Amino acid sequence: MPDENYAIDVRGLNKHFGRHHVVRDLALQVRRGEIFGFLGPNGSGKTTSIRMLCGLLVPDSGSGTCLGLDVIRQPQEIKRRVGYMTQRFSLWEDLTIQENLEFIARMYGMKNIKTAVAASLSRLGLSDRRKQLAGQLSGGWKQRLALASCMLHEPELLLLDEPTAGVDPKARRDFWDQIHGLAASGMSVLVSTHYMDEAERCHKLAYIAWGKLLATGTAAEVVAGCGLTAWEVSGSRLSELAAQLRSLAGVDQVTAFGNVLHVVGRDGQKLFEAITPVQESTPHRWQPIEPSLEDAFISLMASADQVFET
Amino acid sequence: MNMGDRFSFSRWWGIVVKEFIQLKRDRLTFAMIVGFPIIQLVLFGFAINSDPRHLPTAVLAADNSPIARSLVRAMENSDYFRVVRQVESEAEADRLLTLGEVQFVLTIPEDFSRKLMRGEHPALLLEADATDPSATGNALSTLSGLGAASVARELGGSLAYLAGKPDPFELRVHRRYNPEGITQYNVVPGLMGVILTMTMVLMTGLAMTRERERGTMENLLATPARPMEVMTGKIVPYILIGLIQVSLILAAARFLFAVPMQGSILLLYATVLLFIAANLMLGMTFSTIARNQLQAMQMTFFFFLPSMLLSGFMFPFRGMPDWAQAVGNLLPLTHFLRLVRGILLKGNGLLEILPHVWPIVLFALVVMSVGLKLYRKTVD
Ligand SMILES: Nc1ncnc2c1ncn2[C@@H]1O[C@H](COP(=O)(O)OP(=O)(O)O)[C@@H](O)[C@H]1O
Ligand SMILES: [Mg+2]
Repeated sequence: MPDENYAIDVRGLNKHFGRHHVVRDLALQVRRGEIFGFLGPNGSGKTTSIRMLCGLLVPDSGSGTCLGLDVIRQPQEIKRRVGYMTQRFSLWEDLTIQENLEFIARMYGMKNIKTAVAASLSRLGLSDRRKQLAGQLSGGWKQRLALASCMLHEPELLLLDEPTAGVDPKARRDFWDQIHGLAASGMSVLVSTHYMDEAERCHKLAYIAWGKLLATGTAAEVVAGCGLTAWEVSGSRLSELAAQLRSLAGVDQVTAFGNVLHVVGRDGQKLFEAITPVQESTPHRWQPIEPSLEDAFISLMASADQVFET
Repeated sequence: MNMGDRFSFSRWWGIVVKEFIQLKRDRLTFAMIVGFPIIQLVLFGFAINSDPRHLPTAVLAADNSPIARSLVRAMENSDYFRVVRQVESEAEADRLLTLGEVQFVLTIPEDFSRKLMRGEHPALLLEADATDPSATGNALSTLSGLGAASVARELGGSLAYLAGKPDPFELRVHRRYNPEGITQYNVVPGLMGVILTMTMVLMTGLAMTRERERGTMENLLATPARPMEVMTGKIVPYILIGLIQVSLILAAARFLFAVPMQGSILLLYATVLLFIAANLMLGMTFSTIARNQLQAMQMTFFFFLPSMLLSGFMFPFRGMPDWAQAVGNLLPLTHFLRLVRGILLKGNGLLEILPHVWPIVLFALVVMSVGLKLYRKTVD
């Protein structure tokens, strides 16, 4: 019996393309009304996973439910109740904004097409430009149109694949405000992204690399799960210092953030031993800090690379 | 299963509407659909329409009698022939014909006038370069009547006893290079089949690959639309286009080129629909195999070429070697040409055309089952 509290509840999902094992034993649980962030480097299998959730790809193995519907046996029902926004703009560029929305509405068998499209257009603020071809819109507007089109049939779950890639910060902020509004009214959202600020706006996160789920939980849980120790260094000639630090055993990452360096190690004791001589010999200011989400992701990616590349 | 799996008329209609809008905006495709038949019609139309005169003719006169000379003069008077050479040998005549310097060689045998006067019904040999049959057709048909009349008139009294007989001499025509001598009436029906093959296969071939290439296929597949709705919905505009093309060509055939129409027009349109369906199925199947529009286009040409060459449109079917006939018999165009010629020119009815209907049906079924099978794979 599927648990009604979960919008997505899948486990053991696998997908191969030829001999390429793209998604490995993926398990995801997204609660209703939750905004769930899906992170991972390019080619890690995010898009493939999302496609399996909305019935576009059939998993090689695995089981689970989406909105209480079986992902293997009921893809057709799932498609009706899920809104999927593709990574690449995939509406018809040679149709006008209005024609695109009307077409999508017809595909979902909606009854009140005219009013639904008109309402969507005015919400978008595109009523005046409804006769414009979709192909002539700028990136930000295309993204808004794509979001509007996948919400037209009032889905219970949104699957958004890198919805804000290439969109300016203001439009991104508007977008996230809208997502939070929707979640507050009960919509569940799974969203893949590369942006740290966006990851931090999610209720829960999952990090995937090489098709394998490496961490999942709230942002704090993910950071804590990595068990990192971090120091922040400020001062002059940081790039020379960074080179020096990178060569030390016990230092796992050195990352520049503007005028400071983050020096991170998986083993706090070893890190401390490694940097103590440097602290004494150079005139920089050192300060222990909480590791950030980004530190955690970089660490996760590095450890995944070690496992899969060797 | 349930709800979601049923064919939905409103979704299907949504796809039809979308295809029409896109077609309207796609100037190049639209130009091709309308332009292709018009250009072809104009090109072939000239060949059909033209009634070339003053065709260069060589005369090999072994008999230089007054009768022979008056015959040659009568030919020239008809305007169709212009004697440019008097040749001495068959070899020379042959050479001129091969080089294309003359269209006809008239051979008057040695004892022509003597035999004629004796009423022995002698033979005149006219060799025609029939590579372009429409160029020689009219000239040949004038000649047969003209010869008899002019000979009788020219020679008046002394040979009056010959005038009453139906044919004082026999005209033997050798059509060279094109033994079947396809006439203009064959061209228009053939053109119909060729244009339909080209546009139907290509347009549908592009229809699906375009969605895939532009990434819109993913959006389409994410909606509850069924493959059957998508495939058939996309076909509808092209059926309409095919029918428009056919009507255009038929109208031109009837009113411009006066091609006779013996059989039932309704039956003709029924066979046209069948032929369109077979080609659309093939196009759809191509588009499930092709990765992009270029590949779809290449596949279309790969199919189009043998259709043109081996169906009997370009070369007379019976003149082809056995293997080529065997290949030709697999192609829908081959049977369609026979169907259209049969209905239009010979007035064939349903019973007579059946032997050429089932091969097209079979072709369509085979191609469609391949297409549906491959469509499933590409969804995944
Ligand atoms: N249809 C496909 N055929 C073959 N390989 C694919 C296909 N789709 C994705 N891949 C491969 O699967 C891997 C994961 O891709 P993807 O899911 O798009 O990753 P992400 O969305 O995280 O960038 C990549 O290596 C990609 O090349
Ligand atoms: Mg992706």
